Amino acid sequence: MASNMYHKEKSIQMKSSASALYNNLSVLRIAPRSLTYFTVVHANMVNMVSASWDGLNYSHRQLQSKEANVATSSSLIMQAAWCVLPSRDILVLTSQKGIQMYESDGSIMVYWHALDTPETQTAQAVFARGIAAVREKYICVGISSGSMLVFDVPIKGSNITLSEVLEEHKESITDLASECSGSLECIADMVSADDSGNLCVWKSGEDFQLLNKIPGFDMSCSSVKLWKGTVVAGYGTGQIRLYEAVTGIVHAEVNAHARWIYSLDIAPFSGLLLSAAEDSLVRVWHLTMTPETNSVEIVHMYNECVTDTQICGAKFCDGDGYAFAVTGYDLSEIIRYTQV
Amino acid sequence: MSMRTLPLVFINLGGEMLYILDQRLQTQNTADDNTQKVMNDIIATMFSKAFMEELLKPQDLYSNRALRTVLTRLAHASIMRLNPASMDRLYELMVMAFKYQLLLCPRPRDLLIISYNHIDAIREFVRDTPSVLNQVDETHRKIIEVYTPLSDGEFQLLRQTLLIFLQDMHVRVSLFLKDKVQNPNGRFALSTTGPVPHGTEVPGLIRMFSGNGKEWKRWEFPTGGSYTSSIRVGSFERFGDRVSRIGTNMYSVTQPEETHTSKNYSQKANSEPNPLAKEELNLLARLLGGMKVQNRNTETGFRVNLFATDQEEEEAGASGANGDQSFQVINIQATQDVQVNTELARIAGEFTGEPEQTESPEGPSNKGDDLLAMMDEL
Repeated sequence: MASNMYHKEKSIQMKSSASALYNNLSVLRIAPRSLTYFTVVHANMVNMVSASWDGLNYSHRQLQSKEANVATSSSLIMQAAWCVLPSRDILVLTSQKGIQMYESDGSIMVYWHALDTPETQTAQAVFARGIAAVREKYICVGISSGSMLVFDVPIKGSNITLSEVLEEHKESITDLASECSGSLECIADMVSADDSGNLCVWKSGEDFQLLNKIPGFDMSCSSVKLWKGTVVAGYGTGQIRLYEAVTGIVHAEVNAHARWIYSLDIAPFSGLLLSAAEDSLVRVWHLTMTPETNSVEIVHMYNECVTDTQICGAKFCDGDGYAFAVTGYDLSEIIRYTQV
Repeated sequence: MSMRTLPLVFINLGGEMLYILDQRLQTQNTADDNTQKVMNDIIATMFSKAFMEELLKPQDLYSNRALRTVLTRLAHASIMRLNPASMDRLYELMVMAFKYQLLLCPRPRDLLIISYNHIDAIREFVRDTPSVLNQVDETHRKIIEVYTPLSDGEFQLLRQTLLIFLQDMHVRVSLFLKDKVQNPNGRFALSTTGPVPHGTEVPGLIRMFSGNGKEWKRWEFPTGGSYTSSIRVGSFERFGDRVSRIGTNMYSVTQPEETHTSKNYSQKANSEPNPLAKEELNLLARLLGGMKVQNRNTETGFRVNLFATDQEEEEAGASGANGDQSFQVINIQATQDVQVNTELARIAGEFTGEPEQTESPEGPSNKGDDLLAMMDEL
């Protein structure tokens, strides 16, 4: 392990602290403008910071959860993430009330989908969680009931429509991920994870097709990624597992963390994997595919301990994994690290 | 978020309240009779069938303000009185203790162990009063019934909901600072050593599998922490060894300065700009209306001070009035129902002008009347 693979950079200050939610950091790199956007959820609000690459300019925006004025604080946001489509980037917010979609800089809300709420209050919480852009034109969002909504997104404008509702999971959706290698050869386009650790592997299209179901072991899978046909899943037990998506064959099992994993990310060009958990640790791994033997190897590269912090978000800032950013519960800063 | 937070919130916060009050009562050399009466009255109210039933209904967590109101009322369910400054400090202590317990909780499900540790202690407080003891037992049974079937994911959602509620609170508690579990900046120290939670493996092992499921390689990686295997699981039954000490009484009578707190002035303002919504007020009315209230009788009533001296309490009260935005407290000092009704009606009156979003055709001027009418019926 290279103990000096990364070093800490100047943190970015936010207007408010990060909430303890899975995958609570989203990063969008805008090369033409030499900017990177970061979003972090705080209760019923999203902190959005835009940072120029020269480190000189920072600007802040805060987005409110829709219908925040109604009743009490029952419109908490569960997740905020950018969906990168060929022609546009959409910022998606999922809350207890519904799904909000914005143009990438958060300035204009282009779509609102209200969740069905039952007439009388049930013990089952109602919320949306899990966001992924799939192939050219879809945005998928998970629901607490286990359903997944597939939205069809036009090249521009606000004529976003609900194309399909996928009913396969029985437990709350925790995370969604689409194939991020950029390869068109991969059969599987998306993987969905739920609170009992069940994983579903999908092929996108007019009608999404279920390719495979990988059973969980009654332990919540809080974060999932899909890269070159391999599912990488992080669990509440602190374990990371690698599966072959279409067959469900287990490639590897890692006793990675001592507490619940909150975030995974992959740098698609280099195969670097980032994992972060409530145990205050961020770990960097390297994945290698060997197509001949159909095996995937995972090697540990680096550890970073964020003292006294339960980490809730960790993402690479670029496709090579040259830099990554971290958020923690109750922290009002986005901590950054870059390779030495 | 989670619809099941309230019962656990009250058991844990209420439990902490009782630990602190017990310590203060003993430090102040209160007569045993009075101490027992105070504890019995508060516990009887908290574990009353009506109160618990209301809490067990699936609902969102109350706002900070609403919770504070109910807890203040709970503290005054007996002949004991607390000045606003002392109530502030009591609330800070309760909340920071609970926040610490939540953060340290090894698995989200262990929040039940913490709750049961509180219930075990509460049971001890009323062991000589069969009627109240019975209520506590009944409630414990009900809690076990309701919470045992929840999945780990649901417990984590519950925990996350509570952590959002407690976000940005960094009040320094002298007991925590002394034990080095809290840093001078108000943040808790989280350890990277010790036993892993039950169900988690000690980090450090990578195993590779071939296509037929056989392990073909394994190796270790450096973890940067120092973990050991998990210890045995505590009992989730009504009785039994809970194993974990989180949630047990950490205050002792010999060190009264443990209940000192100091604010870290980088705290956020109250994140809810709107006053209590109508629904919340109604819930509050039902909850408070169900509580037995002692008549204010200055001969048998007595004051409890969370500070070392009366002067300190006075000074804290004076400075508190100017600064702190984070606790917009509805000051319920009086114990007459009439006054509480008036207070709630006043809050209801604040709604005039707020956009009406519910489907009810009532105008704003009717809200106060409705509330009063409802309380009259109780």
